[in-house]
Amino acid sequence: MQDTSTISAVFGRLSLDSVPIHVPIIVGTFAGVAALGIIVVAALTYFRLWGYLWKEWFTSVDHKKIGIMYLVLGIIMLLRGFADAIMMRAQQAIAFNGSEGFLPPEHYDQLFTAHGTIMIFFVAIPLVVGIVNFVMPLQIGARDVAFPYLNNLSFWLTVAGAILVMMSLFIGEFARTGWLSYAPLAETAFSPDSGVDYYLWSLEIAGIGTTLSGVNMIATIIKMRAPGMTMMKMPVFVWTALCSNILVVAIFPALTVAFFLLILDRYLGTAFFTNDNGGSPMLYWNMVWMWGHPEVYVLILPAFGIYSDITSTFTGKRLFGYTSMVYATAVITILSYIVWLHHFFTMGSGANVNAFFGIATMVIAIPTGAKVFNWLFTMYRGEIRFELPMMWVVAFMLTFVVGGMTGVLMAIPPADFVLHNSLFLVAHFHNVIIGGVVFGLFAGMTYWFPKAFGFKMNEFWGKVAFWGWVIGYWVAWTPIYFVGLMGTTRRINHFDDPTLQPFFIVAAIGVAIILVGILGFVMSIVMGIVQRDKTRDTSGDPWGARTLEWSTTSPPPEYNFAVTPIVYDLDAWQDMKEHGYKHPKDGFVAIHMPKNTATGIYLSGLAVALGFGMIWYMWWLAAISFAAILVIAIAHTFNYNREYSIPVDTVARNESRRDAQAAARI
Amino acid sequence: MSADLISKPTGKNASGRVYHRPEDDHHHAGGATMVGFFIYLMSDALIFASLFAAYGVLSRNYAGGPSPREIFELPLVALNTGLLLASSITFGIGMQAMVAGNVRGVIRWLIITGILGAAFVGVELHEFSGLIAEGATPQRSGFLSAFFTLVATHGTHVTFGIIWLVTLVFQLNKRGLTPDNTRRILCLSMFWHFLDIIWIGVFTFVYLFGAMR
Repeated sequence: MQDTSTISAVFGRLSLDSVPIHVPIIVGTFAGVAALGIIVVAALTYFRLWGYLWKEWFTSVDHKKIGIMYLVLGIIMLLRGFADAIMMRAQQAIAFNGSEGFLPPEHYDQLFTAHGTIMIFFVAIPLVVGIVNFVMPLQIGARDVAFPYLNNLSFWLTVAGAILVMMSLFIGEFARTGWLSYAPLAETAFSPDSGVDYYLWSLEIAGIGTTLSGVNMIATIIKMRAPGMTMMKMPVFVWTALCSNILVVAIFPALTVAFFLLILDRYLGTAFFTNDNGGSPMLYWNMVWMWGHPEVYVLILPAFGIYSDITSTFTGKRLFGYTSMVYATAVITILSYIVWLHHFFTMGSGANVNAFFGIATMVIAIPTGAKVFNWLFTMYRGEIRFELPMMWVVAFMLTFVVGGMTGVLMAIPPADFVLHNSLFLVAHFHNVIIGGVVFGLFAGMTYWFPKAFGFKMNEFWGKVAFWGWVIGYWVAWTPIYFVGLMGTTRRINHFDDPTLQPFFIVAAIGVAIILVGILGFVMSIVMGIVQRDKTRDTSGDPWGARTLEWSTTSPPPEYNFAVTPIVYDLDAWQDMKEHGYKHPKDGFVAIHMPKNTATGIYLSGLAVALGFGMIWYMWWLAAISFAAILVIAIAHTFNYNREYSIPVDTVARNESRRDAQAAARI
Repeated sequence: MSADLISKPTGKNASGRVYHRPEDDHHHAGGATMVGFFIYLMSDALIFASLFAAYGVLSRNYAGGPSPREIFELPLVALNTGLLLASSITFGIGMQAMVAGNVRGVIRWLIITGILGAAFVGVELHEFSGLIAEGATPQRSGFLSAFFTLVATHGTHVTFGIIWLVTLVFQLNKRGLTPDNTRRILCLSMFWHFLDIIWIGVFTFVYLFGAMR
């Protein structure tokens, strides 16, 4: 008796049974991940890269490096989320005619929950935040973001959340409640194990990181633009980044509170979302979707910005309708906040409420449509160069418009009563998120890759990625639209109706084609690195682009701009080129930059420990971690010496080397 | 200075435009702190807005438990409100000392503010313990869950404000009114007054409206 109470005081509810050694799929995955992890760690140790990574990357406060780290995180988590997708598609393709497939329901439920959670919180958000982080300060002519240390902390908090999600694969289990963990299913009464707790703590921690990042980006755009760059001279991508981050700051509090109240329900037995004691489960749905709907605009708006910049670059024209683009972005930002209820028209809030939210939803199609026409008119009579980024833009327009149409269809409440929770809905949001956000992120990564690394991604493999994704998307999701319209509901483990099987087999083939796209993307980076001497960019402007980030070297120096540019025009770099701009040869001054710091890593490591302690009821661990977080955060404020100076000589030497390179090319 | 490109922005040269001007040697982003902190406070305001909304939805869900009229002790809450409002005034006096460049004055008034804040938290804990002793626990009903969470979240903010305040007193004592410290006092002041405004909302919507019910 004494023994068990000591053990539970130390380990909480964690026991050897929590490790799922009896599930072959998980053991196999663990073996694979562990082997890969050992190889990576061994390689890093062998090549003595730990010190380099720690000094140059992990503790860096440089917005460009943090942006790239966000992208690496997003791509790694994309592979995990996609592995889940393959398993779900395989399961649904074979689970017919009495076969229950290879995934038992409790495992399948974890898969679709993890897939959604990971794809939104740890793929889409890090990729979007990463591109904004890298590009936006360069586009406004700034040397860094407003709060460089906070930026590093935001990144590591996102990583902390991702680590907790990945831990749930091997220690305990993940939530089986769907990607938003609806109450009352997510309450202790129905989900007593650690799954929902993993979900809640990992998203609370990552959500704090995202919120802080939002604050940082808004302050940067408001305060740190180059002289002359008025609001209406900001590139469209900066506008969309601003609106997207305003949304982040406006909506993440609702999610944080919803999760926090669910945590209170689960840990202290309060009655917020319970069925009894006066709780209200629908309160949870409302709060979560008050975050959830604007969240899709948090993701899609920066993608719209990416498309805008790419379209004007590759048509060699000023963007058509810049002002209307800005207003459309702002209108979408505001409207996105008043449509959340369309996620549960079936709640029963009455015809008038449903009509309001239905109409508000349909109205969003107007500014979005204006954007599509702006891109089309920009292309009209332009000298279009169909390089990879531009190909993604065209694929986006063709794919996304269909997704938008099905969205308007479901915005009609009576239609939604039929389609609610069907696979039609699932096909719709994959249509807009893959066709809108993911294509945009690939376009953006391909477009800005030479800026970040000084050489292009491999074009052949880039095309493999492009066709794999575009064809794969249509093959995978068109049949799902059909079965959804026929009434198939989402999250089904196995089917009784054999006539549906052909559709799911086609969908599974589609996901295999997408796999080709993903591998193509990875290969285009690998082969880009291998053949980097062929595509080396010495000019800093490999695409003939128009905005400020292309006026500095590729990759940019740590201080971005040796001398801050003055902006006269929306397409600032194009304007500089047209006026015969020459890079200054002297007149440099010493540049003050923020020093690296490891505080962000320490705090996030402790956040993982805090989350783990809370998940497994190891109260001592949670208490110690929390106290340590406070102590380290306070100690950090006693460090007043946070800047270092780059001497004039170094700046001048860098800049003359750049001029020499550019001259050698000509 | 290179004559053609880095010169006064007023003079137009052959290309018609000047793309750089001489830079200030010390260029850093301190100016963004106030904006950034204000944006953070707005997101915190939305945390409270969400908690108010949850309270609004659940405030009549007594589930057979006590109603607000039965458990709220307005004199105690009035005392608490007085303490917190007074602490905002003392912080304001501290700000005047800061403008006058008087470090000792700032420290003195910050400490008084901190004591008032601690008294506020103490009274709140006393109120909570009384309620829990009566059986009006956060677990009892949706109404009590929302009430405790809203008020305690505010109280936790005040507690963190006090921790921040104590830290700042040490830093002021060590380094005086440097630009860094002045900026921190300004941020803490915004934070403190913000919590005051939130409390006025709590006092009105939770306690006064609740007692009228």
